[in-house]
Amino acid sequence: MTCILETRSLNKEFGAVIAAKDLNVQINKGEVVGVIGSNGAGKTTFINMVTGYLKPTRGEILFNGKSIMGHSPRAITRAGMARSFQVAQLFPEMTVIDNLIVALAAAESARPSFLSPLRSDARIARAEEILKEFGVENYRDSLVTAVPQGARKLVDIAMALIGNPQMLLLDEPTSGVSVDEKTDLMDTVMNAVRQHGVTVLFVEHDMDVVERYVSRVLAFYSGEIIADGEPAAVLADQQVRDLVTGHRPTTKQGNGAS
Amino acid sequence: MRLDKTEISLGLIALACVLFGFVSPGWLIFLLTIALAKALVVQGVVMQMRSGLVSFGQGLFYCIGGYTVGMGGQFFGIHDAIAALSLGMFVAIVVAMLLGLLLTRYREIFFAMLSLAFSMILFGILVKSQELGSTDGFNVHDWTLFGWAPEAGAGSQHTVFTMTVVSGLIVAVLIHRYTKAGIGVICEAVRENEVRVEYLGLSPRWLLYGNYVAAAAVSALGGGLTALATGHVDPEMAYWTTSGEFVFIALLGGLGHVAAPFIAAIVFSFVRTYAIEFVPHTWQMILGFTLLAVIIFLPKGLWSLVSREKTGERA
Repeated sequence: MTCILETRSLNKEFGAVIAAKDLNVQINKGEVVGVIGSNGAGKTTFINMVTGYLKPTRGEILFNGKSIMGHSPRAITRAGMARSFQVAQLFPEMTVIDNLIVALAAAESARPSFLSPLRSDARIARAEEILKEFGVENYRDSLVTAVPQGARKLVDIAMALIGNPQMLLLDEPTSGVSVDEKTDLMDTVMNAVRQHGVTVLFVEHDMDVVERYVSRVLAFYSGEIIADGEPAAVLADQQVRDLVTGHRPTTKQGNGAS
Repeated sequence: MRLDKTEISLGLIALACVLFGFVSPGWLIFLLTIALAKALVVQGVVMQMRSGLVSFGQGLFYCIGGYTVGMGGQFFGIHDAIAALSLGMFVAIVVAMLLGLLLTRYREIFFAMLSLAFSMILFGILVKSQELGSTDGFNVHDWTLFGWAPEAGAGSQHTVFTMTVVSGLIVAVLIHRYTKAGIGVICEAVRENEVRVEYLGLSPRWLLYGNYVAAAAVSALGGGLTALATGHVDPEMAYWTTSGEFVFIALLGGLGHVAAPFIAAIVFSFVRTYAIEFVPHTWQMILGFTLLAVIIFLPKGLWSLVSREKTGERA
C-alpha cells in the first residue's frame, strides 16, 4: 500500500507541557483511521500540526512523500489534505447553500473573480447536488446558525470535500450530535468519502462509531501513541482500556479521581 | 453587458440627478457634488468594513486623489480632468499596493490605528511642505474635459457635478458587481470566519490586499472630484477628523446596499449644513446626536429604512 501521510518524530511542546511526543505515524491511501484518546491526549494537536494550524516543535511531516513542514493551511489544503473541525467552521451570516458556493468557488480557483457573479447557475446546481448527497437539502436557504448541529457538521464536512482532497481529517465529527443522529451522520459522511475515494483520519470519542467505521485505530495518551492496529485488537488492549476507553479495572475508592 | 434591476435603478437615479442639476441652484449643486464625491471615499471604507476591517485612515487616499489632481495641473501640465483623476487613482493604487503589504497583516483596532497613522504621516508631510502651500494647501489649476474648457463658475460647477454623478454611477455599478462577485463575497467570508477561508485553500491576506487596493482607487477618485469641485486642496484632507467623517457616513448609511453611502453622504451634508446654519456653535453636537440616534434606532444604518429590515436587531 502507498503511504499518503507520514510523520517522523513529531513533537509539540507548549512551554513545559508536551502535547505530542515522538509521533511516528504512517497512513496508507484508502485507509479509514480512527484516533482515540482522552481529553488532552494530543489528538487535535496532531491534526492541527498535520494541517498546518500548529507548527511542530520538532519532527517531519510528509504528504505523498513530500515534506509539508512549515506550509500554510491553504497550501496544505491545495496539496490535497482537507479537514473539518470539532466546532463546525462555517460562515454564520450566510445560508447553507451560500457556504457551499463559496467552497465551490474556492475549489475552482485560488484567485476569485473581481466581477463575475459568485452565484453562477453551474455552482448553484452543483451545490444543490451536494446538499442532496449530504441529506441537508431541507436547509438550503437557512442561515447556518439556524440549522441543527448535525446538519452543520455535515455542511462543514461537505465544504472540506468539495475541493476533491486525497485525504480528509475529521476532528470529532459526531461531537455535539445526538446519539440518534450519529449513525446517520457517519453513514452519510462515509458514503460521500467512499464515492470520492478519500483516505480518512478522524478523531472520535464514541467507541461504537470507531468500531463500526474504521479499519485501524490509533490510541493517544499524554501526547504519545500507545496502540496502533485493528479496532478489535486496540480496543481490547488492556492499556487502552485503562487509559483511554475508560473500562477501568476496579480500583480503590477515594484516590482523588472525580 | 446585462444590467440587473439595481443597476438600472442606479442609472435612472443618476439620470434624474443630472437633469436635476440643470434646474437646481448653485449652492445645492455644490453641496451634492461634495456629498457624492465623499460618498465615493465612503464606498472604499464600506468595502473594507464588509471584509471586517475599519479604516480610520481613508483620508490618505482622499488626499492623494485630491493632491494628485492639484499637482498634476500646477506642476506637470495635466489639465484634462479625466487624465488627472485617472492619475490620482493610479498613484493611490501604487501607494495602497505598498502599504497594503503591511496593513493587511493586521486586523481590528491594529488595522484601524495603522491606517490612521499613515494618513497622519501624509498630513505631517504636507504641513511641512512649503512648495505645496503648507497648511493652506494650494489652488487647483483650471481644467478641461477632452479639450473643452467649461466656463468658470456655474458652467464648471455643473460640469463637475455631472462628472461626479457619472463617476458615482460607474463606481456604484462596479461595486454592486464586486460585492456579488467571488472576491466580494469571499471578503465577507473572511470577516465571518477567516480560519475556514484559509482551509478552503484561499489566502485571506491576499483577498484583503486586493480589496484594500480597490478601495484606495475608489477613494482617490472621490478626492480628485472634490479637488475639481472646490478648486483647492489642503492637508486637512488627510487629517484624522476627515477620515472619521467617512467612517461616520459609512455607519450612517450601513453596509446593506451600494446606494447607502450616497444616501448617507447626502443626509450628512444636509444635516451639517443646516446645523451650522441654525446652531453654529453646537453643530458637532447635532451630528453626534444624529449618529447616536442611527446607532440606537437603525443599527444597520439608514438603508434599513429602505430595505425594511427589522431595525431592532443588531448587525
